[in-house]
Amino acid sequence: MKKHTIVALLQDRPGVLSRVIGLIRRRGYNIESLAVGHSETAGVSRLTLVVESEDVEQVVKQLYRLIEVIKVSDVTDDPTVEREMTMIKLHAPPAARHEIISMCSVFGARIVDVGSNTMIIEMTGTPGKVENFIEVVRPYGIKEMMRTGRIAMVRGARGHNASEYVEPATNGVAVPALN
Amino acid sequence: MTKPLTGAQIMCEALIREGVEVMFGIPGGAIMPFYYAMWDYRDRLRHVLCRHEQGAGHAAEGYARATGKIGVCIGTSGPGATNLVTPIADAMMDSTPLLAITGQVGSHVLGKDAFQETDITGITMPITKHNYLVKNVDELPYVFKEAIHIATTGRPGPVLIDITKDAMQKTTVPNWDIKLNLPGYKPTYQGNRRQIREAIKLLISAKKPLIIAGHGIIMAGAHRELQEFAERLRIPVITTLHGIGAIPENHPLAIGMPGMHGWVHVNRAIQECDVLFNIGGRFDDRVTGKASTFAPHARIIHVDIDPSEIGKNVRVDVPIVGDARLVLQALLEDLPPPSELAELHTHASDWMEHIREMQDKHQGKQQYKNRAAMANMSLPPHDVYEALSRTLNARGNYRVVTDVGQHQMWAAQLIDWNHGPRTHITSGGAGTMGFAVPAALGVAIAYPNETVWAIVGDGGFQMTNQEMATIVQEGLKNVKVAVINNGYLGMVRQWQELFEHKRYSGTPLSGPNFAKLAEAYGWKGLTVERSEDVQAAIDEAHATDGPVLIDFRVEREVNVFPMVPQNKSIGEMILSESQA
Repeated sequence: MKKHTIVALLQDRPGVLSRVIGLIRRRGYNIESLAVGHSETAGVSRLTLVVESEDVEQVVKQLYRLIEVIKVSDVTDDPTVEREMTMIKLHAPPAARHEIISMCSVFGARIVDVGSNTMIIEMTGTPGKVENFIEVVRPYGIKEMMRTGRIAMVRGARGHNASEYVEPATNGVAVPALN
Repeated sequence: MTKPLTGAQIMCEALIREGVEVMFGIPGGAIMPFYYAMWDYRDRLRHVLCRHEQGAGHAAEGYARATGKIGVCIGTSGPGATNLVTPIADAMMDSTPLLAITGQVGSHVLGKDAFQETDITGITMPITKHNYLVKNVDELPYVFKEAIHIATTGRPGPVLIDITKDAMQKTTVPNWDIKLNLPGYKPTYQGNRRQIREAIKLLISAKKPLIIAGHGIIMAGAHRELQEFAERLRIPVITTLHGIGAIPENHPLAIGMPGMHGWVHVNRAIQECDVLFNIGGRFDDRVTGKASTFAPHARIIHVDIDPSEIGKNVRVDVPIVGDARLVLQALLEDLPPPSELAELHTHASDWMEHIREMQDKHQGKQQYKNRAAMANMSLPPHDVYEALSRTLNARGNYRVVTDVGQHQMWAAQLIDWNHGPRTHITSGGAGTMGFAVPAALGVAIAYPNETVWAIVGDGGFQMTNQEMATIVQEGLKNVKVAVINNGYLGMVRQWQELFEHKRYSGTPLSGPNFAKLAEAYGWKGLTVERSEDVQAAIDEAHATDGPVLIDFRVEREVNVFPMVPQNKSIGEMILSESQA
């Protein structure tokens, strides 16, 4: 099954993420990666979803049935910039540190914490590059690892700015209260 | 400046502002503040106390389906709310505008397993069009307006509002100056004009066109436009289970119901047609049979207000997203003048003649009854339907609510549905047994001057018949119940007989004496065991100024035919036991 990257704009209300996930679960699709956070417009969240599906058009249509889903695009075949971040707590006794530090500089990774026998490394890149980096440092001994979901943005002028779809909230009380 | 109101008062005001007149519900701890406030509004907001929340939900559905207005049901937290789950799911499947209002425990104990706490917004997320948990009294005016807007517009559906007890008790000055903020919810009503012209081109070039009229016709009030469009192009019209009433069945272009228990000539026509124009139907699996073999020669035009329905079950050549009525109006506007349709009309009469020949050859309504197997039965169910159909059509002014199972399919097949939209109300998509009696209560409240018949099997009747008490308490004299009593969960038994070696596992069913049960509720109860007594009982029911139940003790093992076995092509119908 093909992996699809879907980008969606959501109204930022309680339960909206639950609705999106529930809908995808209902169709029996596996979520490979999910990232969600604020967009450039107040009250609108932007979500990047990677899902394996034979019928992604139906997923997109079903997502539109959710009241709080503003815009959905399958950007799989579009020119995009995709990034993912990982933090790795690596076994790093003093003898290995020099080698690890030079490895990090090759990948543009940052060392954000050093303990007596460990280091926490932060690395951001394309999902493939993150994967490579993990394989390179694995032999030293990964004690903990955490990866964010993938985030994707379409290159160039095309794309979706949330403000195209959303009017600034006008009714003083009710709308902020729902957030 | 208006004066401060409690949350519960705001709820009543909000409902009145949205035109709500009647609500069906049961009080309980967490919803009590709403009932406290309701007392002051009782002249404007009628509350119908049901005997079970499932009954309240189905009654609200019946009200909504009969009127097109929103149906409102109320339950308290915990079990009150979970008992509403079945009607909510039913309303979701049948696109019924339903507002479910539930009380929730106080916000300070939310999520702490307080007495009668359940996460009803979590539970109903996949079976509502939308839902809300309200903890803040200031949100109530906005939430009620948005909820009713969502439930009643676009493709209608159920919306649930769960309100914490403290939000109902707190006071605030309500802000009724509301502008809805729904950037992600903008239903499309006008069909795309280019696609509409494409549809006309296809329909005009067709030699064997067919129209499928679905629930969308009824909901959009598009039956007149449908009829005019079909007449202008002389296209035969199929009505789905929920499309019954879209065109009178005695109209020369009406050919009947498709699908699993549809007529042979209808299903054959679908398999032969070259253009299939489905308006307001969703190609349910009970209509299509095995979808990959459905209408193999047809170019398909599909009109639906819900874009996610288009291309979901069958391939579509011309998709049109829009409201059935507006799309039909646009189609009518763009039709060529009658002078240019002469050739088309010649094809049309050949095609219609062919369909009617198939109808005569296979079992239409008339032949159906004359099967030899029924000759020795003291009460074949078909005799009940024949008498009901004759009587209802002679009297007019009726609504029929059916439940789920054999009796439902017989009602769809054997009653002549000539009296327009919203006269046939049933649970279709969800197939909810127990729907009919409470839904009939809702219909009877909406139309107190019409006779409301609930036709129900003995299985479904025993699921929700407690609402007979509600019908009495509300003084509804216009409800008549026909129990098609065969002592089985009949449709399941039919499948067991035909496909499972007659292993009647869990299907034989006993019951009380239904007529006596009705008498105990203050109804008139009648029992009919012979065909010759059917008409007199129906006449007595009509003559009685009060609710009447007739227990029709029909022949036990009669099957619904024709039938398409599950996952088979609709071209492969079985017409009798010997073909199964």
